[in-house]
Amino acid sequence: MNTNFEPKIVGILCNWCSYTGADLAGISRIKYPANIKIVRVMCTGRVDPTFVLKAFQQGADGVLVSGCHPGDCHYVDGNVKAMRRAPLVTELLKQMGIEEERFKLVWVSASEGEKFAKIVEDMVSDLKKLGPLVPVGGAVKHA
Amino acid sequence: MPKINLAVYWTAACGGCDVAILDTQEKILQVGELANIVLWPLATDGKYADLDKFKSGDIDVCLFHGSIRLSEQEAMARLLREKSKVLIAFGACAAFGGIPGLANFHRREEIFHRAYHETPSTSNPNGIIPETQVRVPEGTLTLPEFYDQVYSLDQIVPVDYYLPGCPPPVHLIEAAIDAIATGELPPKGSVIAGDKSLCHECPREKQEKKVQGFKRPHEVMVDPNRCLLEQGIICNGPSTRSGCGARCTTVNMPCRGCFGPAPEVLDPGAKLVSSTASIMDANDEASVAEMIGTVVDPAGLFYRFGLPSSMLQKKRQGGKVS
Ligand code: FES
Repeated sequence: MNTNFEPKIVGILCNWCSYTGADLAGISRIKYPANIKIVRVMCTGRVDPTFVLKAFQQGADGVLVSGCHPGDCHYVDGNVKAMRRAPLVTELLKQMGIEEERFKLVWVSASEGEKFAKIVEDMVSDLKKLGPLVPVGGAVKHA
Repeated sequence: MPKINLAVYWTAACGGCDVAILDTQEKILQVGELANIVLWPLATDGKYADLDKFKSGDIDVCLFHGSIRLSEQEAMARLLREKSKVLIAFGACAAFGGIPGLANFHRREEIFHRAYHETPSTSNPNGIIPETQVRVPEGTLTLPEFYDQVYSLDQIVPVDYYLPGCPPPVHLIEAAIDAIATGELPPKGSVIAGDKSLCHECPREKQEKKVQGFKRPHEVMVDPNRCLLEQGIICNGPSTRSGCGARCTTVNMPCRGCFGPAPEVLDPGAKLVSSTASIMDANDEASVAEMIGTVVDPAGLFYRFGLPSSMLQKKRQGGKVS
């Protein structure tokens, strides 16, 4: 196993809880790995599974979607929609040979900076064990 | 008006597209009046060498069906692209990879192992696997290379038009013939079909969608009037391009997406995850998990006709699947 492997994680975080939670982790100077690149969306209900597939297509080793705890979504039930999609995304990815550890949906509130840091840390260590996601290779032959 | 040169060719396909052309009935006579058929393996005798006498661009229109899996198919795709002014990806296989594209769930080695060792009908005591070259006393025999994945035609060569469907329906083939006859061709890159999702032309009644679980079509008595999704039958209509006339859903069969993704849909699987999830009557993780368990083979279902042209294209090697 290549021990120098640094996984690339795309984090898609809702504006109201999780992005603020990640911000809190920063403000509180909690250390966590810099492997995650964060995209802010208004709500996890906005996370079209296309975003997740596109991240993997373009070379992400993992995708983390994070939103408000169920019941706390600022749009009432956007996160319930995300909750319904996530396991189906996982199933689809597994069939495409992408391990379930590579895609996660989690709940992080604005006050859970520490929890956020821990989630990223765990995901990085899981992905290091898995190794890089093999690129699809030979995608478009002409062009 | 001088006759145009028309070529019809197939690669990894079932031949249904050829039959669909013949299904145009008397319209096929118009094709005869309109065109010299310079190549059509199903209907006429033709050899590779016949193509060599054409200069590049000598063939006016080529209807190409089938996806690309073999080096020989790739060579023919390149040759016909060079010789043809207009190359039409005809049918779901050429346009999106089609049913043969489902092989992208497996690697070449797995397919060979299954086909040449495992299937009950195989007797192969010496474990022979096809090679691209084999030496025999008389010389060297060759076979085309079997690629590690299936490609849609436009992943190999640029394509001018797409005529989707498995097979394309007669009314769209006729529309294409008329467009060629009158020279009124749509802008390059057009898909000769509808520009909405199938749901727009599906006559079924649509109401509130909330289901308790999913069933496969053979497990239920289908209500002939109500939206199939509302009956818990997964239908690919929401993400599929219109234009077929809802020929499956009007006979109680769910759409399987042979018209390819609707406009603006980048990945039909991703969209179908959304549409399927959105109708589940489940609000906590446990009941969601239970309901998802009733979706059999989601990737095979959502990418039935278009795995090679989907975002992920094929199963990643080394990925473990539980
Ligand atoms: S606003 Fe945070 S999940 Fe909806």
